[in-house]
Amino acid sequence: MKTLESIKRELKEYDGKDIKIMEVCGTHTSSIFKNGIRSLISSRIQLISGPGCPVCVTASSYIDRLLEYALKDNHCVLTFGDMMKVKGSKLSLTEAKAMGGNVKILYSPLSAIKAAIKSPDTQFVFAAVGFETTAPIYALMMEEIIKNGIKNLRLMTSIKTIMPAVSYICVNEENIDAFLCPGHVSVITGSSLYREMALKYRKPFVIGGFDGEHIIAAIYEIVRQISSKEYDMKNMYQSAVSSEGNQKAKALIDKYFEVADDYWRGIGIIKDSALRLRPEYKDFDAGSTTSEDVDITPPGCKCTDVILGRITPAKCPLFGGACTPLNAVGPCMVSSEGACGIWYRNSEV
Amino acid sequence: MKINMSHGSGGKQTGDLINQIFLKHFDNNILNRLEDAAVLDIKGKIAYTTDSFVVTPLFFNGGDIGKLAVCGTVNDISMMGAIPKYLTAGFIIEEGAEIEDIDKIALSMKLAAEEAGIKIVAGDTKVIEGHGGIYINTSGIGEIAKEGISISSCQKGDAIILSGNLGDHHAAIMSGRMEIENNIKSDCAPLTSIVKNLIESNIDVHCMRDVTRGGLATVLNEISSASSCGVEIYEAVLPISNEVKGFCSILGLDPLYMANEGKMIAVVPDNQAETALQAVRKSKYGENAQIIGRVVDGSGVTMVTTLQGSRILDVLYGEGLPRIC
Repeated sequence: MKTLESIKRELKEYDGKDIKIMEVCGTHTSSIFKNGIRSLISSRIQLISGPGCPVCVTASSYIDRLLEYALKDNHCVLTFGDMMKVKGSKLSLTEAKAMGGNVKILYSPLSAIKAAIKSPDTQFVFAAVGFETTAPIYALMMEEIIKNGIKNLRLMTSIKTIMPAVSYICVNEENIDAFLCPGHVSVITGSSLYREMALKYRKPFVIGGFDGEHIIAAIYEIVRQISSKEYDMKNMYQSAVSSEGNQKAKALIDKYFEVADDYWRGIGIIKDSALRLRPEYKDFDAGSTTSEDVDITPPGCKCTDVILGRITPAKCPLFGGACTPLNAVGPCMVSSEGACGIWYRNSEV
Repeated sequence: MKINMSHGSGGKQTGDLINQIFLKHFDNNILNRLEDAAVLDIKGKIAYTTDSFVVTPLFFNGGDIGKLAVCGTVNDISMMGAIPKYLTAGFIIEEGAEIEDIDKIALSMKLAAEEAGIKIVAGDTKVIEGHGGIYINTSGIGEIAKEGISISSCQKGDAIILSGNLGDHHAAIMSGRMEIENNIKSDCAPLTSIVKNLIESNIDVHCMRDVTRGGLATVLNEISSASSCGVEIYEAVLPISNEVKGFCSILGLDPLYMANEGKMIAVVPDNQAETALQAVRKSKYGENAQIIGRVVDGSGVTMVTTLQGSRILDVLYGEGLPRIC
């Protein structure tokens, strides 16, 4: 068994062919900065951020629908903080709030239930944005809404699934050599899907946890596979990820949601890439995302190229000048999990 | 009983509120005269500051808005090498606030003021329409005990001492707002004992700063910018409780950017670092102090991570919100 020190040394001294690794998840991007991982590995190993920030890939027309509710009498939009500053076609929820719109930031989805019970005369719309990780909580929320007979709380979902997006990148973007796969999404989805992808696209798919040591170990495994021309799924987060995933969570998701095509901001339509409320729950749906959603890309914004791993955030001409976290042009700069915002805050230009 | 608009009328009910709560708790020979302004004895140079407190919830694990309002201003005075002497308190109270809560808050202010050795010598109360909110402004003055302490006085080679664990206040407030049950307590406390011990140990303190909003990373950036120097800190020695670490990893928060209300850094000459560290550690609220880094050449703040990687720490942008995935 190798020690952490010898693994770090090998990664720092690596001088084989250039390797581009996409970290799919924003939490990985953040942890890579927090642990100073780039300073520990050879410059021949490039870490590229992927589409793993739900706020960044949500269409602007979805935000416009939220804004309409925020500005409508007797209505209140409930959202996580991340969504507040993302612009729709014209305004953000922060700006709508300043205009007198009714928007409240939640810290937990279940507090939406409390809000709805407390104010029965207000119609609440909950912005249910996220990936597979958040979907079981939204399903639980549906259980509570139905159990408590709540009539004044609906969900506007934008729940994306990561696997179709990764497939899309494998098919359309040839420059990515390997994927560092998110531990927490994998807890729900299981690891077996990644094996199919690894074999199909002949690229390493390594599931890693979020600590610095986990990430170093995952990068080392990727480099090892590429050097020995192996291409497989390797689960290095076995304490939490099983091959079949969390069956209970999957069953709960399945009860309320069905798979559907969806529009991804910056990418376009990806087949079977969303979880949408089943038709029998349409009364609880306030206008969830569909493949008919549309997007307005601000002039000069390269969020698409960032999400698809074509460029690092610093290569965008707006980065750090016209576009900063305090005056964000594109969604990747707004969200705390967005690649541009993480790069900017960590000043690794 | 609840506050209504007549408590702010300036008439009988205002007088009752002042007598039965504020005078009862804040009781001292200057305030009790009820003049239009307090007349104070002060020697030499003074440090003078003000701060407003709008925290929700009003009561949280480890403190409340009253304790915060006293400690916040006391600590700002202390960071200038001053001994806090006199405090004023202005209350803006929304109708619907519970009088019992105001009584608890005033009691908590009295206890914090006693601990910090400061007298509350003037005050004001206003009632506005609303939903039971309470906001407090305090201002305070202190007598300078050691001159020359400044954010722009840090020198290359200086050691940076952090007085204790990071993130407790922020995590306690977030837990209160999110109704998460845990044992994390706000660190809200006066830093007077630490400052007194540093000065009495004849440490040539270059700079002191309380680590409040924006967290340690933001404060260190302010130092780097004001003193035109670089700052290097070491992740492995940063004091953070396991409970706060766990809380942060679940919610995607970073203790380096979280607010504290009873923590400070002291920047001291390298050859006095050990003596200064011992002076802080023997003080009340300083027992977990650590030397966390150095002032270095260059600019900006860099952290050597536990893995020996290098991470650049910028100031906090926007608000530290919990992530959604």
